[in-house]
Amino acid sequence: MAPYLLKRLISLVLSLLAASVVIFLVLQVVPGDPASYMLGMNAQPETVEALRQQMGLNEPLVWRYLTWVVGLAHGDFGVSYTYKVPTGELIAQRLWVSLPLALYALLLSTVLALPIGIISAAKRNSAADYGIMGVTQLGIAVPNFWFAMLLVLLFSITLRWFSAGGFPGWNAGFFVALKALTLPAVALALPQASILARVMRSSLLDTLSEDYIRTARAKGLTRGQTLVRHAVRNALIPVLTIIGLQFSFLLAGAIIIENVFYLPGLGRLVFQGITQRDLIVVQSVVMLLVFAVIIITFLVDMAYALVDPRLRSRA
Amino acid sequence: MNSLMKLMTTAAILVATSALTPAFAANTAITVGMVLEPPNLDPTSGAAAAIREVTYANIFQGLTRFDANGAIVPDLAKSWDISADGLTYTFHLATGVKFHDGSPFSADDVKFSLDRARAPDSTNAQKGLFADIASVDVVDPATVKVTLKKPNGSFLFNMAWGDAVILSPKSIATEATNPVGTGPFKFVNWVKGDRVELAKFEGYWGAAPKLDKVTFKFISDPSAAFAAMMAGDVDAFPLFPAAETLEQFKADPRFEVISGNTEGETLLAMNNGKKPFDNIKVREAVAHAINRKEIIDGAMFGYGTPIGTHFAPHNPDYVDLTAQSNYDPEKSKALLKEAGYPDGFTVSLKLPPPPYARRGGEIIAAQLAKVGIKAEITNVEWAQWLEQVFKGKDYDLTIVSHTEPMDIDIYGRDNYYFNYKSDAFKKIMTDLSGTTDPAKRSELLKAAQKRIADDYVNAFLFELPKLGVANAKIVGLWKNQPTPSNDMSEVYWKD
Repeated sequence: MAPYLLKRLISLVLSLLAASVVIFLVLQVVPGDPASYMLGMNAQPETVEALRQQMGLNEPLVWRYLTWVVGLAHGDFGVSYTYKVPTGELIAQRLWVSLPLALYALLLSTVLALPIGIISAAKRNSAADYGIMGVTQLGIAVPNFWFAMLLVLLFSITLRWFSAGGFPGWNAGFFVALKALTLPAVALALPQASILARVMRSSLLDTLSEDYIRTARAKGLTRGQTLVRHAVRNALIPVLTIIGLQFSFLLAGAIIIENVFYLPGLGRLVFQGITQRDLIVVQSVVMLLVFAVIIITFLVDMAYALVDPRLRSRA
Repeated sequence: MNSLMKLMTTAAILVATSALTPAFAANTAITVGMVLEPPNLDPTSGAAAAIREVTYANIFQGLTRFDANGAIVPDLAKSWDISADGLTYTFHLATGVKFHDGSPFSADDVKFSLDRARAPDSTNAQKGLFADIASVDVVDPATVKVTLKKPNGSFLFNMAWGDAVILSPKSIATEATNPVGTGPFKFVNWVKGDRVELAKFEGYWGAAPKLDKVTFKFISDPSAAFAAMMAGDVDAFPLFPAAETLEQFKADPRFEVISGNTEGETLLAMNNGKKPFDNIKVREAVAHAINRKEIIDGAMFGYGTPIGTHFAPHNPDYVDLTAQSNYDPEKSKALLKEAGYPDGFTVSLKLPPPPYARRGGEIIAAQLAKVGIKAEITNVEWAQWLEQVFKGKDYDLTIVSHTEPMDIDIYGRDNYYFNYKSDAFKKIMTDLSGTTDPAKRSELLKAAQKRIADDYVNAFLFELPKLGVANAKIVGLWKNQPTPSNDMSEVYWKD
């Protein structure tokens, strides 16, 4: 186990370093100077130069890269060009929105999708199965931002149950904040749940045709007992993989939903950082997301081991 | 029975009173929607209009200021004397003024702020406003004397800009995140990406504002802005991004649509230094190929005033020169033939993100195609636009609105992205900055407008409108936008 972990750790550090070089270089190539952007059309060249100096943009490329990476290693993300506050603070504020939103959506989609997938597989070719397959097909096809707009139209503008967007902050009260995240979480969860339900169904169908299921039935277990004790557990591996992927996506990819509901999340921070050429923010957030994806993949690998003892012994 | 009636009446009265109570309590809070979040809150170090839309006249004040109609009125300077040679301005300052950090305001702060703005390491986006200042001297705590290098007829106007506000030296280090000024509202909180909150400043020296709390909320998506207004999450959206939905708001008695003007001259800019636009005949041909009405209707939903030169139509010195570049495709084709392009040519058209540019660009490309000019559209971000078009002058055509007030002087700047070089125009500008007599200034401004129209420097499209939506019960919002601002000092809710 120990050499395996060490290997994983080295590859983790190497992938992070490689990612940092790529991210840094790509952002250097992007046209547009942060100082000119901030000072606009009427600025005098000497003013732009003074600001570039102040921002440290006149330092050599390698020096800027090293300062950034060494800072990152110490947990220092640098100071945002535009907001002029430490990037770490900005990211932390946004994580308090993005992370709960991603978890909320993931929870909704899992709670919704697994039973549906199981029922669908257990009652294969029944009316319920066809109905579920139809609805989930629609769930995948409908773009989540459009679904989000429909939710706003119904629940905010017509019924006035929810505000159309925004986030009051956690100190406004747990349920107030949770309420503000509900419509976005539902909008995010729908397509994810549809995908997950279909994966659950097909994975379970595969398992149900395995020999050991027949053996279990032959041994005298009922259909239900077989399903719960043997089939579902074995069908969970592909489902876990999808959940892991979905979580990374929900964390980084909620940007359109964040825009529809004007939530101050990570996605909007990156988007704003790109338009304003706040390169240090973009670099650091993207780096953080890369880090998150690598860690989540790692955790999912660990979770496989939990559901499948064979993986545990092999490791 | 009698007692039951009594009980019921009492209950009814109680219910009625409790239901009415909120209506009696005056609403003193407002939430204002904005499309872009300010990058920081220091108007003396950054060009973003959003900084001023939060801070101007709310948090910060200058020596002079713009009023709702764009006139220059006293602010922290109660009055001023100008020497006969036009070189010395003596400002008499308001007394009893306090900064939000508690320090008293005096002439020293004026000297500090102006000297900081014009210092060699200054990062003031409008440093040019201070270029003519030779020295700033404190006469006594309530009097400051500004000496100019040469007479400048626009000096009081320059001092009214958001970039020329007076700052507290004590709080200068944290100005970007915790702005401290002398205005009627003080900064309270900024939830980055979501909102900025201001509260009434109890120690304000002027007339107390009627609102206790102002929240600026940032919503960039047009459909989200629409939903936020409709759901009542936002009370006013002074620069509303979804112009296509204005008719819906007009039809709803809960809302008022506020349409006014800005200082934004929207242009189809041509690279005068590059073939084929170095030929005045080609530029004139482009001007005649443009149908302004079609662009205003198609891209701006009918809002916007056509312009024929680079000047705001609501300015008293404006000359209407739209007839000189009227829509005449036949004339346009003839001019192209004369210029040696009987079959037209192909050029690039770079479009920055605002809807007026992206939507307008499609229409203009179609109009140009009718006279044989093929415009190939490239969409660019602002940062790219600034780098490639504005700084690099690597473009043929572009659409942009020049939102700075009274900025016709850009046509006299060397190395400006139009690549327009005219000694005649430069002479008008030199004369203008040395003239303080209003009648003569007006004459020169008119001559300048005619000069650039005669040279067909750009195709002048329309003055950008200010389109806003607000709750119909809100009074005192500015109709026009003489400078980027959301002055909340006189805003209130009517019952």
